[in-house]
Amino acid sequence: MSTMLALLHRDMRVARRELKFFFLRVGIQPILFTFIFGYVMPRLGIVQGGYANELLPGILALSMTLSGMQAVALPLVVEFGWTKEIEDRLLAPISITGVAVEKIIVGIIQAIIAGLFVLPLAWLMMGTHLDLQPRNFFLLISVAIITGWLFAAFGMVMGTIVEPQQIGLMFNVLLGPMIFFGCAYYPWASLQVLPWFQKFVMINPLVYASEGFRAALTPQLGHMPLWLIFGGLVGFCALFTYLGLHNFQRRSVD
Amino acid sequence: MDKVIAVESLQKTYKPKSRRSPLEVKAVDGISFEVDRGEFFGLLGPNGAGKTTTIGVLTTRVLPTGGRALVDGIDVRRDPVSVKRRIGVCPQVNNLDRSLTGRENLLFHAEYFGVPKRVREQRANELLNRFQLAERADEKPTVYSGGMAQRLKIARALMHDPAILFLDEPTTGLDPQARRAIWDLLRELNEKGQTIFLTTHYMEEADQLCRRIAIMDEGKLLQMDTPASLKAGVPGGYLIELQVQSADGAVNSLASALPALAGVVDVKAQNNTIRVYADKAEGLLANAMRVAGEQGVMVTDAHVSEPSLENLFLHLTGRSLRD
Repeated sequence: MSTMLALLHRDMRVARRELKFFFLRVGIQPILFTFIFGYVMPRLGIVQGGYANELLPGILALSMTLSGMQAVALPLVVEFGWTKEIEDRLLAPISITGVAVEKIIVGIIQAIIAGLFVLPLAWLMMGTHLDLQPRNFFLLISVAIITGWLFAAFGMVMGTIVEPQQIGLMFNVLLGPMIFFGCAYYPWASLQVLPWFQKFVMINPLVYASEGFRAALTPQLGHMPLWLIFGGLVGFCALFTYLGLHNFQRRSVD
Repeated sequence: MDKVIAVESLQKTYKPKSRRSPLEVKAVDGISFEVDRGEFFGLLGPNGAGKTTTIGVLTTRVLPTGGRALVDGIDVRRDPVSVKRRIGVCPQVNNLDRSLTGRENLLFHAEYFGVPKRVREQRANELLNRFQLAERADEKPTVYSGGMAQRLKIARALMHDPAILFLDEPTTGLDPQARRAIWDLLRELNEKGQTIFLTTHYMEEADQLCRRIAIMDEGKLLQMDTPASLKAGVPGGYLIELQVQSADGAVNSLASALPALAGVVDVKAQNNTIRVYADKAEGLLANAMRVAGEQGVMVTDAHVSEPSLENLFLHLTGRSLRD
């Protein structure tokens, strides 16, 4: 346990040193999006003012998702594939799974910090049109934690598969479709006009995170049923945790 | 005596990675050895001999496919976490934490091992001073020279006071001066009682530092003993090299006369060089010169070399260590 805390201490020290880059990385995209879609376009009359309510939970989900994934995936790709820096931690007196779980915890923490940063930021930008009705804080907190965990574990799967020279490819080929098909910018229910597409996007874990935050923040507007949201979140979480830990072990011990 | 490493019939076979190369690779092929507490033990062999795989098994990073390896009495496969507690590892590659300063590399490493704050700070200061890193301790290791990075890696491995220190090729890629500095450090550590297990492909390094050496090639241990006994075990370990000048034919008749001298094992003539392999050197050079005089051959240069591990490796495998 003390070894786990020491590993966390190390990662937090490194993250704190890069804090300004972290906020820049996490903040820039949501600011641009909320500014254009939540501030400019409603005033131009291109989108309705109410769109901000559909957009904000999606932006929040997306920011947390990307932060959690990057916090785990990027260091692992570089440290396993190139610098081998992780070796010293693999030789710490803790099981290999313990080292991997610590990485997932770091991803969850960074995802939640990103959420806490982006939520008020987006609120400020879109304030006048926004009608958030978070009636159930327990729901909000559970969606936030499971989303962080899911994408930290997804980051571990990516970080243990991708080679350093393929990092660019990972962002374009994987994250691009995931973001656009992730119901971050439109609610899942509205896809009923395209039934095949509505079913197709269900293979995307981001959908459940976006809908989860809609259920928690704007329940009055309708969302995917809760059982399906939690089924998707927990199911993908279990799958990626299993695959991530398995791959991490395989990369760590020859 | 107390054994700190015990290896029995250890094997590591890698399954073929692709269908195009269907051969299994036996990186370690049934080796056995023991290391005493306080010993300076060396594994000597060319690149690809299986040294790094052996150290990988002993440091829990490689799972053996056969045999058994005990570190401080603990089976590396059954209880890797307890083994990790007892070992300090200085790997071949520079795996220093580039996000941390030199001092933080030491402090966090000790923190992973639960060394109390005051103890780890004191120990880090001591090691930074002793390893001449104190002035640059608060810089990131990315700006360190090769020798400094290597010293920091050794210091890091010592932060939790391990029962045994593993060093994989600790001076590869260093200039002679930096190499000497590492040698001095390691000698000093061993004199203070630190058990050290080292791999190297520099015979001079093994010869200078180790109390016992195991010679490894193609996954197998060829011989294991003190450097002196290993060298003494080479038949014709001494080499006398003569540069000669004479009329045609005289060199060949000298070459055929030399094997009659006491101690000579083999004679090889090539152009104007005659190599005499012998198992003792005393008086042989003088005798060889006398025979050359009788044959009317002028010796322009003569060189006697002592038995070396290089000669031994050549004798055991027919290949040079440097190949």
